[in-house]
Amino acid sequence: MSEISKEQVKHVAHLARLALTDEEVEKMTQQLGDIINYAELLNELDTDNVEPTTHVLDLKNVMRKDEPKKWIEKEDALKNAPDQKNGHFRVPSILE
Amino acid sequence: MSLFDHSLKELQAKLHNKEITVSDLVSESYNRIGQVDGQIKSFITLNEEAARAQAKELDENLGSDSSILYGMPLGVKDNIVTKGLRTTCASQILDNFDDPLYDATVMERLNVQNTITIGKLNMDEFAMGSSTENSSYAKTRNPWNTDYVPGGSSGGSAAAVAASEVFFSLGSDTGGSIRQPAAFCGVVGLKPTYGLVSRFGLVAFASSLDQIGPITRTVEDNAHLLQSIVGLDKMDSTSANVEVPNYSEAINKDVKGLKIAVPKEYLQEGVAPEVKEAVLNALKVYENLGATWEEVSLPHSRYAVAAYYLLSSSEASANLARFDGVRYGVRSEKAENMLDMFKLSRSEGFGDEVKRRIMLGTFALSSGYYDAYYKKAQRVRTLIKEDFEKVFDKYDVIVGPTTPTPAYKIGEKIDDPLTMYADDILTSPINLAGVPAMSIPCGISSQGLPIGLQLIGKHFDELTLYRVAHAFEQATEHHKMRPELGGDR
Repeated sequence: MSEISKEQVKHVAHLARLALTDEEVEKMTQQLGDIINYAELLNELDTDNVEPTTHVLDLKNVMRKDEPKKWIEKEDALKNAPDQKNGHFRVPSILE
Repeated sequence: MSLFDHSLKELQAKLHNKEITVSDLVSESYNRIGQVDGQIKSFITLNEEAARAQAKELDENLGSDSSILYGMPLGVKDNIVTKGLRTTCASQILDNFDDPLYDATVMERLNVQNTITIGKLNMDEFAMGSSTENSSYAKTRNPWNTDYVPGGSSGGSAAAVAASEVFFSLGSDTGGSIRQPAAFCGVVGLKPTYGLVSRFGLVAFASSLDQIGPITRTVEDNAHLLQSIVGLDKMDSTSANVEVPNYSEAINKDVKGLKIAVPKEYLQEGVAPEVKEAVLNALKVYENLGATWEEVSLPHSRYAVAAYYLLSSSEASANLARFDGVRYGVRSEKAENMLDMFKLSRSEGFGDEVKRRIMLGTFALSSGYYDAYYKKAQRVRTLIKEDFEKVFDKYDVIVGPTTPTPAYKIGEKIDDPLTMYADDILTSPINLAGVPAMSIPCGISSQGLPIGLQLIGKHFDELTLYRVAHAFEQATEHHKMRPELGGDR
């Protein structure tokens, strides 16, 4: 049985860039714990000699020539942005 | 009777004999939506003005192209990007994404065929869910009984076809999201082989599992819609370079001598007796048509749901990192610095289920847990894939139910994520193996709800699936049943 603590949930939320309320942390601790306990089912299987599958098709690297191409105009790229200035995406201050 | 009760071939004949116009078809859609969508809630965004203008143009140019899809009213799941037409993924974080810059490859291909996009269809937020209850806009209702879910995540796509709001639609399937709603709504839905259809412009949920596929009334029309969207795309390096057959030509071939495998795990406890009975009846139909069936085992089936949720959530946690409030989507107004902007925008914009999966995925990929959860699930994925390969060495097709039960009531499972996840037991293994599968109607439950038959094929053997599905459809009447809904039909 694996348990997940509230502290772990808060740490994972930070990694995932999510701000959870105390109530959400409480609920998530319970629900993630249940799901992860359920996933322990996989440990019934001995997979020491099994290769992982990352992808079902046996694809190798797909190469192409590195040629500059027109794709999206700058003004189009900016038109769905929440905030912009002088042709750039604008964000709040990064430095404290 | 709806115009959409006709087949593609019949509608094209009517168009070219001037019995109907493209504008009539488009009006049929919007009239029907006006009558029933207040109740069914299939749509998030309508495209009426542009669609009517396009219809007028197509009427003037009738005969200029021989596409069998010419002028056909199409509904599009709202995670498929449409140039200039709002695309939300049913999420508040994309509520203001009104002007996408390009069309998904499938849309480009359909535009060439002159289909008409009627609107964008409701879904579980970012395709995470099995009931369309996770939409941030509305709960879509099952047209067969509006107290019941339509399935999900492509619930709007299946309900709109079942309710005759569109002629056909596109959905996406990561763990069952086309097949399960198709089963619940009594329509035909195909999840193609991974790589057959370009994912460029499909908002990514789990990139190694996602596929776009067609939802239709009949098998033949499904084959026609698939034909128009398949093939290599240089914008998706995971799209496969395979020869594309003519799907609709081969569907009339009989199934004499066909070898069917029936996995015992797909008829075990948890599968409702009337679902099992409908599947056994379908197998009798196949026997009468000259096919044979045997019970087989897919021994790792019971591990599929756990492996699926670990892998799909891990991939989702990476894919959804792009929603940060910088380039598009909604930004929180409360943030004073960059980190808070990320956190608050995402927390305000994502719903509970999406947050839960991002958390699960981030956990499974995090330092110290990666090998125990993510890597372990990938190894189990190999075992599941090998189960299918072994069966397909000896058999042509696998047959079973699409879902353990018919549709359930709205609200019945939404508070218990694990119960909801368990329902993917019969559909998620297929995505893990990357093989194609479809759901076709095979009966009606005692509650009056449709039951779906799942057909699973070899990699890139959609041809056999269509042939096997078509043979059943021709021998039975299930596909002719329609829900009784308000409004004139």
